[in-house]
Formats: sequence, C-alpha cells, structure tokens
Amino acid sequence: MKTENPKSEIRNPQSEIPEQWQPKILAFLCNWCSYAGADLAGVSRIQYPTNVRVIRVPCSGRINPLFIFSALRQGIDGVLVSGCHPGDCHYISGNLVARRKFALLKNWLEYVGIEPERVQFSWVSAAEGGRFAEILQKVVDGVKQVGPIQKLTKDI
Amino acid sequence: MRQKTNLSDELKWVARKLFEENRIDLLIGYEKGTLPLHNRPCFVSSVEGVDKLVWDSLCANNLATYLPRLFTRTHRPKGWKPPRVAIVAKGCDARSVVGLIKEKQAPRENIVILGVPCDGVVDLRKIEDALDGACPVSAKVAEDGSIMLQLDSGKSVQVSREKALFDACSDCPYPDAPVFDIRIGREIGDKSARRPFKDVEEFEAKSPEPRWKYFLEEMSKCIRCYACRQACPNCYCPTCFAEQTQPKWLGVGADLPEVMYFHLGRIFHQAGRCVDCGACVRACPMGIDLRIFTRKMVKDVQELFGYEAGISLDEPPPLCTFKMEDDESFITEP
Ligand code: SF4
Ligand code: SF4
Ligand code: SF4
Ligand code: FES
Repeated sequence: MKTENPKSEIRNPQSEIPEQWQPKILAFLCNWCSYAGADLAGVSRIQYPTNVRVIRVPCSGRINPLFIFSALRQGIDGVLVSGCHPGDCHYISGNLVARRKFALLKNWLEYVGIEPERVQFSWVSAAEGGRFAEILQKVVDGVKQVGPIQKLTKDI
Repeated sequence: MRQKTNLSDELKWVARKLFEENRIDLLIGYEKGTLPLHNRPCFVSSVEGVDKLVWDSLCANNLATYLPRLFTRTHRPKGWKPPRVAIVAKGCDARSVVGLIKEKQAPRENIVILGVPCDGVVDLRKIEDALDGACPVSAKVAEDGSIMLQLDSGKSVQVSREKALFDACSDCPYPDAPVFDIRIGREIGDKSARRPFKDVEEFEAKSPEPRWKYFLEEMSKCIRCYACRQACPNCYCPTCFAEQTQPKWLGVGADLPEVMYFHLGRIFHQAGRCVDCGACVRACPMGIDLRIFTRKMVKDVQELFGYEAGISLDEPPPLCTFKMEDDESFITEP
C-alpha cells in the first residue's frame, strides 16, 4: 500500500544552498554555566557568529527532545544544546542524566537521515567564553555546509 | 521445544484455582474470536468465565496494554480498591508488565503474572499473503506448530510455522516470561537465538539519503490514526504530547512534518521501554514498517547503557539514572 505524496521526493539541500545564506541557529544554554559562558564571551569582546538565538534554560536537564524537533520543524537550521561540564551541574546530576538522553537523540536523528551537524551538544563552563565562541563557530560552519533545513520543516 | 500438555487446559485449571481461592478479582487472557485466526483479549471476573480461556499461537495481543487503566482511574467510587489482576503473559507481555510496575502504573502486589511459554505468534498478514485472497473458514494450530486452514472453497491449506510467524517472534530472545508468579506449561528456555540487530545494522550502514528516503516513504503512508500508540503498553499517558494543547507540540493534520514529528517523538519515548513486542506494527492499518525504527531505540539503549527493558524489577530505567563513564563521544569540542 502506498499513498502518493508530493513531498516524498528527495530534495538535495547541497545543490540549493543560496548565496549569502546565513543559517539560523538556536542555542539552549543552561543558566549556570553555558549562559554565563556566552555572557563572558560578550563582555570580553570575543567575536562569535551572530546567527545564534539563545534560549536560557535552568539546566541542560530541562531539554525535552520535543524542543529540538519543534525548532527544526519551524525552520531552525541548527540547534546547539550546552550545559555545565559533567560533575559541575548546579543541580548535581542534571547534565549527566541529560547526557544519556542526548546520546540517544543524536543517534536517533542521524538514523532517520537528519544531518548530524544540525543538532549538537556541548559543555561550556562560566569561565569559558572563548570556548563558547569556538564551539558556536564550529556549529555555524557545519550547518553552512549542509544548507538550509528542509527535511522536517512545515511550510505554512 | 513444543509443549506436550495442553496449555489451554492447564491455564483454565490455574485460573479456576485462583478464583476459587479468592486470590484475584480479574483475569486478562485470550478467548476465541468470531473469525478464524482471530483470538482476542478477554476479561474474566469470576470462575464462570474461565472455560472460554485459550492459549495458542493465535494469541497475539500484548495484554499488558490493559493494565494501567485498571489502577490509574481518576474517578474512584467510595470504597474502591485496586483490583487484584492475573494476566496471561508471553515473554514480551511479561516484560511490558515489569516495565509498567517499574513505572508505577501497576502495583506489584496486585498482579499475578501467569507466564506462558510462547514459541511465536502468527502474523495474519503473512497468512493472508500465503492464501492469496482465499478466505479461511476455520483455523487450527497443528501438533508441529504449523497452521491448518480450511478454505471456503472446501480445500485445506497448511502454512508452515516459519512462514507464519511474526518477524519479531522468529528471533525472540525471551520466549518465557523473565519475571512471573505462576508458570503455565514448561519453560522453553532456549535463548540461543539472541536477537541480533542485523536489520538495524544494515539500515545504519546505508548513507543518509536512502535512510531519509525510507523514513519519508514509510511516514507518508501514516494516517495518524494513533493505533500504534493505543496498542503499545508503554503509551499510557493520560494526555499524550500529540494531543497536548499547553504547549501545543503538534497540529492535527496528517501532513508529513507533523507525522514525522509524532513518530520521532513517540519512538523516542520508547527508549529503554520498548520490548519489541510488535504490537504497534500489528495495529498499524497502513502496514508501516515501524519496527526498523523502534528497534533502533532498543539497540542503542542496549549498546550504550547495557539495559534491556523488562528483564528485572530492580534495575532502574536507563533514562532515570546515569553513570559517570557514560559515552560522550558525541559531544562537540572546539
Ligand atoms: S513501541 Fe511497539 S514494539 Fe515497542 S513496546 Fe510499544 S508496541 Fe511493543
Ligand atoms: S507517544 Fe509518548 S506522550 Fe504519547 S502516549 Fe506514548 S509515551 Fe505518552
Ligand atoms: S498505526 Fe500506522 S497509520 Fe496509525 S498512526 Fe501509527 S503508524 Fe500511523
Ligand atoms: S545547571 Fe548547567 S547543566 Fe545543569
């Protein structure tokens, strides 16, 4: 049994990357480390890509995978989730429990054919402004290579 | 090994005893349906109903699905006590029951698990294919496990066991209930055919575009009837994310992005809980290959955290716990 669906043909994002295109990146940063790290990057005048929109979450353990699916469906080209280094979580083990979830989520999206560059996870402490900028740059570069998100987006 | 004694009779005997000794209020099992090949779930609440119970390889449903709603009622009349329930459980059903107990959906002390040895249940779609449009009027499971069918044309057909079983059953690692209270029949015990994840590995080995194409093709058949969710013992949430309105995760349409979102979410929710019982696949009216996706979750949980769902009552669910040395090779470093 097969239903025809006009959307079911494969689109090749590689060939369609428009010139001058800039990806939209969503970053979920935990309040106690990564958000402070991003803040430090700012006050230290470290340059980092302006593609990012930040959502501050209390802890990386707050991340529901549905947040990430929602972001991708709404046309976000790449998602970065960042929390405190393992062992440093303000809530002791939030990021350690989350790490299991992230590992599965990363594999799961890749399994169905979503480019792994689109969803990334990192640890950034409050003292690592430079590290935050570097990771973000890496995410932006990766997403630029795979082009605009098309696979899960809903055209309204 | 096939059982010598008649398991249905033994089951009836045990059920009668449980009712007579007043140890249970309800028994969930199977009875003959009105169509051949269709044994259906039944609920027995007194010794009178015991005689309709059957157990053979036409008993496919995962009965654990019915448990949570017996205990988690929001409306509780005065004097309501949680019922004492006996449940007929194949290996996979018993694993689901264990999962539900661990997730506090059913109190252990109220459940009597009647472990039945299961050497696989019959896939109706495979039988349909084998019959090529002919209509069976009666069906019987023969001594050797093959399926004997009487057709409306008067002919009789025999379908061999290998050709009739569900994919999930032919390489099942737990044909016996790993946790049980009363065992019916004898243990099959043969776990030599531990389920290898060959299908998942082959899928992983493909390049991303064919993987995406397959996902897209399967998803584009989905009509979002939610039968897969309703059949799954782990999908007991009073309000599923698919129906939540605060926040509203999903729209109501059956367009592809919504459908994919639903399945990405639902299958992810099965992480560490799916027992590969195949209930979702059986329930799907569109014949969607959900198994290649649900099994990815099973495999990853096993490989990353060394956890198999429903094997023991003591192990904490894998996503509620952690180890300091858990894999983090996926973390982005500058
Ligand atoms: S997801 Fe499917 S195979 Fe897994 S437990 Fe639920 S119904 Fe069974
Ligand atoms: S899909 Fe998820 S939210 Fe919905 S019923 Fe199943 S486990 Fe619950
Ligand atoms: S049962 Fe099949 S068609 Fe219905 S929602 Fe599930 S996958 Fe879609
Ligand atoms: S507070 Fe930063 S990860 Fe938990």
